Amino acid sequence: MSIEATCTQSPNSLGRRTFFQWLTYGLSAVASVVLGGPLFGYFLGARPRAVHWVPLDDVDKFPLNETRLKSFDNPLRQPWDGITALTGVYVRNLGVDEQGIVQFLVLAVNCAHLGCPVSWFPQSGLFMCPCHGGVYHVNGDRASGPPPRGLFHCVWRVRQGRLEVQAPHYPTLQDTLVSGEV
Amino acid sequence: MRRGLYAIGAWFEARLCLCESLWPMLTHPIPKTVAGPMGWWYIFGSASLTLFMIQIVTGIGLALVYVPSADRAYDSLLFLNYEQPLGWFLRALHFYAGSGMVVLLIVHMSQVFLHGAYKYPRELTWVVGVVLFLLTLGMFFSGQILRWDPDAYWGLAVSGSMAGRVPVLGPWIVELVLGGDVIGGNSLSRFFTLHVFVIPALLLIFLAIHLWLVIKKGISSPPVPGQTVNPKTYDAEYEQELKTGVPFLGEAMLKDLFFSAFAVIVVVSLAAIIGPKGPHAPPNPTLGGANPRPEWPFLWLFGLLSLSPPEAETFIILIFPVILIIALFLVPFVSNRGERAPSRRPVAVLSVVLILTVLGTLTYQGATAPWSPQMSAWCGEPIPEDIVRRSTPRQLQGALVFQNKNCRNCHALQGSGGQRGPDLTWVGVRLTSDQLIDQVSNGTPGGGNMPAYGKQIGPDEMTALADFLVSLQPPNQTLVRETAAVPTKRKEP
Repeated sequence: MSIEATCTQSPNSLGRRTFFQWLTYGLSAVASVVLGGPLFGYFLGARPRAVHWVPLDDVDKFPLNETRLKSFDNPLRQPWDGITALTGVYVRNLGVDEQGIVQFLVLAVNCAHLGCPVSWFPQSGLFMCPCHGGVYHVNGDRASGPPPRGLFHCVWRVRQGRLEVQAPHYPTLQDTLVSGEV
Repeated sequence: MRRGLYAIGAWFEARLCLCESLWPMLTHPIPKTVAGPMGWWYIFGSASLTLFMIQIVTGIGLALVYVPSADRAYDSLLFLNYEQPLGWFLRALHFYAGSGMVVLLIVHMSQVFLHGAYKYPRELTWVVGVVLFLLTLGMFFSGQILRWDPDAYWGLAVSGSMAGRVPVLGPWIVELVLGGDVIGGNSLSRFFTLHVFVIPALLLIFLAIHLWLVIKKGISSPPVPGQTVNPKTYDAEYEQELKTGVPFLGEAMLKDLFFSAFAVIVVVSLAAIIGPKGPHAPPNPTLGGANPRPEWPFLWLFGLLSLSPPEAETFIILIFPVILIIALFLVPFVSNRGERAPSRRPVAVLSVVLILTVLGTLTYQGATAPWSPQMSAWCGEPIPEDIVRRSTPRQLQGALVFQNKNCRNCHALQGSGGQRGPDLTWVGVRLTSDQLIDQVSNGTPGGGNMPAYGKQIGPDEMTALADFLVSLQPPNQTLVRETAAVPTKRKEP
């Protein structure tokens, strides 16, 4: 009789073997969880989106009823983003409303079709996209072409006479810049 | 000396046992006909493998200098182009060898398909080959992003917008693709990781499986009309054929070597003559005049997308590529038996002709992109002189309105200007003044391609514009205004 056969037949060592077997399985399971959990979290997790307000310029620097491209360093950047962090928005001073509060129209440059940067043409009062020819009216509404909606509106506010805009993330159809809007 | 070398070789052999494992594998018999003239059909796979080796070497070389950081990548590319000795050549070679790889893979797949080489027992070889092809396209796309210029930036933007259309999961996928809330350093690092670690590792793994299958399942013999594949008898027939076979590593490989050398000379020449591609401009997203184009292997999709109605877009972006990929995977499962010769498989031949023609046409369309407005045409392309030589003052005023209102961005005159809308050189033949005013004021009915200019053009400007457009007629042709006006009149109650 071989040594192995002797061992497996001994009830005492059978228990020990089974125990060791299950211990190994259990230990492997624990190892998988403690390793996989953080890895899973690292690879698929996302940082919570921070709200930053970016001062653009003094309110009176924006001429009435004129659309201006205003660029700024997006605070959602990484410190090593360089000029890539520059972000443009189209700002239009709409004048004061009935309550005497100055109103602005702040639009993201990204076409609602596939995100290309639209250009403003003051002569015809239209935004045009260089990629597939999407066209928008001065108020950002879709005028023609493939875009499924108008330009994305940015959230803005006036603080101490300065126009501020909420730092825009990259806007897409289901993740616009105005919370709750789809 | 020789004895010493032999002893060293024997010492290694005693441990590696290559003589009994690798050597028989490399010298296994392959069908004799492959070593004949038909062997010229079998050279494309090995040549793409050769170019892949170039990609590894040039890729390592570029990674020695390139900085995958959003604020430094562009500078490091310029350094490679202008300062690093032969850096320009390595960048160029990396681009052209990669392009050559895609071309050769398409040829290789077409050949395998036409010769029915994917049939039993080589179904898995085909499937793994499709994976290799998709991974190569993944390398091409991720590589374009590393060329951190406006094309890369806006390419990421377009990918983000496409991903954003996925129902429910869209925003999450966008964040996964971009690596954060905005396009920037995180996105670049992500694509660098894909391009340098993830996809190459997968490529090597699947390449090993592909080559293993090529060796284990053997190279298919050139197809003979009437000689059909029957999974029940194929193995025995193939074994019989191999009895007169020639070694894999031998004369048959000479053609592969010849063509690989030719392919290397071609890509090296292209690299040396044309030079590196880009970077075109600094990655500043606020720079005007951005006109992003995908890399050439994706131009056909860009073309298809642009030429399709907007309602079909989400389908083309999200579902159509999946259908295509599944169809490619399913090829050997739709038919893994029967005739292999192209002369007996007209549908297969026509499919290849049709698919390559469609891809070629769409690629051409994507490269010329006639649907993209020319953003600077309104100020950069003057109205051809002979058009306005005999114009009245009012028509001249209309010509000015035509330029100033950016009409030229979409409408060409005598071929210069945007191609998005129709060329208006002779529009006076087609439309009356009333029809033109209606079209300009209200745009394309139902929100089509032309925006409504009603609010942007005053009454005087509109009259002058219509006057100018009506005057656009070929010389010495009688006016067709009266006949054209008839249908409009009939519509009136």
